[in-house]
Amino acid sequence: MMGELPYLAVVALIGIGLYITLFKKNLIKLAMGITLIESGVNLFLISLAFRAGDEMAAPVFTLQLLGDKTYSLPTPHALTLTSIVIGVATTALLLAFIMQVHRKHGITTTEDLRRLKG
Amino acid sequence: MSFYDSFIETAPALLVAIPLLVAFMTPIMSKISSSLRKVWNILGILIVSAVMLVLGFEVLSGGGAVSSVYVFGGREGSLFPLAGGNIARISFYVDGMSAFMGLLMTVVAFGSLIYSLSFMKRYTGLDKYYTLLFLMLAANLGMVFTGDLFNLFVWFEISSVAICALTAFRTERGESFEGAIKYLVYSTIAGLVLLFAIGILYGQYGHLNIVYLSKAIGGHSEMLVMDKLVLGILVTVFALKAGSVPMHMATPDAYSEAPAPITAMMVTASQAGLYALFRSVFTLYGANIQITQATVHTAGWVVVILGILAMFVGVTMALVQKDIKRLMAYHAISQTGYMLLGVGVGMAVYNTPEFLEFGRVAMSGGIFHIFNHALYKGLLFLTAGAIIYKAGTRDLNKMGGLGREMWLTAIFFVIGALAISGVPPMNGFSSKLLIYESVFKFNPIIGAIAMLVSLLTLASFVKVFYSAFMGPRNKEMKRGEVPTTMLLGMALLGSVILVFSLLPGLVVRTLVDPAVNALTGIEGTTGTSLTLFTGEGSWNAIVLLGAFAVALVVGLLIRSMGHKGTTPKGEGAKPYLFGNPTEVDGKPLTVTGSNLYWGFTKALSRYYRPTEGAHSGLLNEYIFYLIASMVIVMAVMVFL
Repeated sequence: MMGELPYLAVVALIGIGLYITLFKKNLIKLAMGITLIESGVNLFLISLAFRAGDEMAAPVFTLQLLGDKTYSLPTPHALTLTSIVIGVATTALLLAFIMQVHRKHGITTTEDLRRLKG
Repeated sequence: MSFYDSFIETAPALLVAIPLLVAFMTPIMSKISSSLRKVWNILGILIVSAVMLVLGFEVLSGGGAVSSVYVFGGREGSLFPLAGGNIARISFYVDGMSAFMGLLMTVVAFGSLIYSLSFMKRYTGLDKYYTLLFLMLAANLGMVFTGDLFNLFVWFEISSVAICALTAFRTERGESFEGAIKYLVYSTIAGLVLLFAIGILYGQYGHLNIVYLSKAIGGHSEMLVMDKLVLGILVTVFALKAGSVPMHMATPDAYSEAPAPITAMMVTASQAGLYALFRSVFTLYGANIQITQATVHTAGWVVVILGILAMFVGVTMALVQKDIKRLMAYHAISQTGYMLLGVGVGMAVYNTPEFLEFGRVAMSGGIFHIFNHALYKGLLFLTAGAIIYKAGTRDLNKMGGLGREMWLTAIFFVIGALAISGVPPMNGFSSKLLIYESVFKFNPIIGAIAMLVSLLTLASFVKVFYSAFMGPRNKEMKRGEVPTTMLLGMALLGSVILVFSLLPGLVVRTLVDPAVNALTGIEGTTGTSLTLFTGEGSWNAIVLLGAFAVALVVGLLIRSMGHKGTTPKGEGAKPYLFGNPTEVDGKPLTVTGSNLYWGFTKALSRYYRPTEGAHSGLLNEYIFYLIASMVIVMAVMVFL
């Protein structure tokens, strides 16, 4: 059960994030929703790192002293770090855009962001 | 190892490294002087093009097999033996398909950069503009070279970030931020879902290398449900990047708001999405085709249906636009449909006898269309930029009479418009002919739709030509032709189109066949130097032009026999406008572009009302379309 907890958290985070992006009209909330989805995906990647067993793949034994054979793969950590950095870039860009439309045109919701349509 | 061999091995890495170096050195160069920045940028694109040409020649002359592998962090001999001796490092593979895409991207980037030199002159912050331009080029090249799924995601995101920042480059327009926000939200959500799918594959097989994964996916006695789900996600995400309906919602917004040269490059960026789609179906899932055949065929049908939707919805929405760039953006979506259709048919009959009968021709048509599309769409966006540059407006109803002084731009526009509508002997016709004939054998109705869409495309470009270049001059517009470097950029693409229109077989044999071979692993050819074989017949542009010239000479001969010196007079010399008065209140009567197809849109109002309503501009609804289509595609992949 403990092993599945991270995956439940992944589902919850992505679910909440999707709910926000689908139903919340405030642009800042939209950005928060995307960040939540991102955290969910990052948590998913990092959860994949923990394996049980004797597979020899440059493992990092974190609980060896306790006699636990669970180990952590290094690749997902690298992936997650990269993904977090990319996430920072996209979030920063998105927030910059949202700030600009608010400052220049007073737009805060997706309802007002509808000049391009049809 | 000779210098040439090691150069070819290093070239894929150089092609990403050089644009990145040029990109991030640009602000420093700009600090010194703006002419140094120009020299630096032109030098950069020249070097990138040269390296790409050498690499492309090497790969394509080898018939399309993987000719260059670059492993980051070590030569091939010293691979890290991890879990069975497989590659744990990021590696770049360049085969026929990658080289084909890379060549296309560098050509379009070259044209865009030259065009930008004067088009963007009136803006400040140009150091950032060129930095982002090269960053986008690096990301697109990385996307088509990489052999690692996570790396693919990284390039996907870098490409999105660069595109969005460039879309919002003209900060004085509120709409450009709107387009950028929509595109960024869309591509970020898609990118995260893509990362999730990659995570599933990693969790399953413990690797990210595409070659390794392709063996692992077909390594079971039957396909795993998880793998089918992942394919569903990959197809949707890459179709979104390519701009396919119904995940296209942000594409016209971003295309129409970005500066014209950037839009031309964005076309190639979206084609990188097509590349990734074809790569995932053919290379990732098609390696052990005996086991994955049913899934690949289902994916093929999904791609065919996405293609039909994109073709039809794209062109019908384009017909009612009055913003010239938005109109062209919808055409870009519509033309993407042809590529999806052609290659989708190839997927749907992959590894069956029909593949050799017409599937391969359809794939050649689709991939040939990628090539033609990048050229003529690039040209059309550049002419749109030129029109806006002089007219000072994007509204087709407000411009007119530009053809009198911008006749060179008008000629380039006509070249592009004829090519996109698939009028013989232009290059667009050659690729569409391959698609029509093979798709007709696959399913006659779909073949008919493909032809209908071409007709509507022509109608829509007649409207643009009529509104922008014909009619009375608008007094407020600037006079004269656009600056020389803008003409140069257009001339580069225009002359390439004309040359390749005359030599369709040559392009297919040297560029397209290696790409198809690389994807399918089945050797074959659809052309000789001049003639193109469609499976049923053949097409030769020179013969057609010869026949046309003979007919022209005969016509002129007949004309010369007639009476000379008659001047038209009387009722017959007056313009006739269906019985309506030609002048209203002393001014000549004009029909604006929006009213040109009034009857057509009125008759189809039952179709237009919901379709235009769906493009509501509301971001939440757009996200809903994305998620809903993803769920549907995943369900289709698993249950069918």
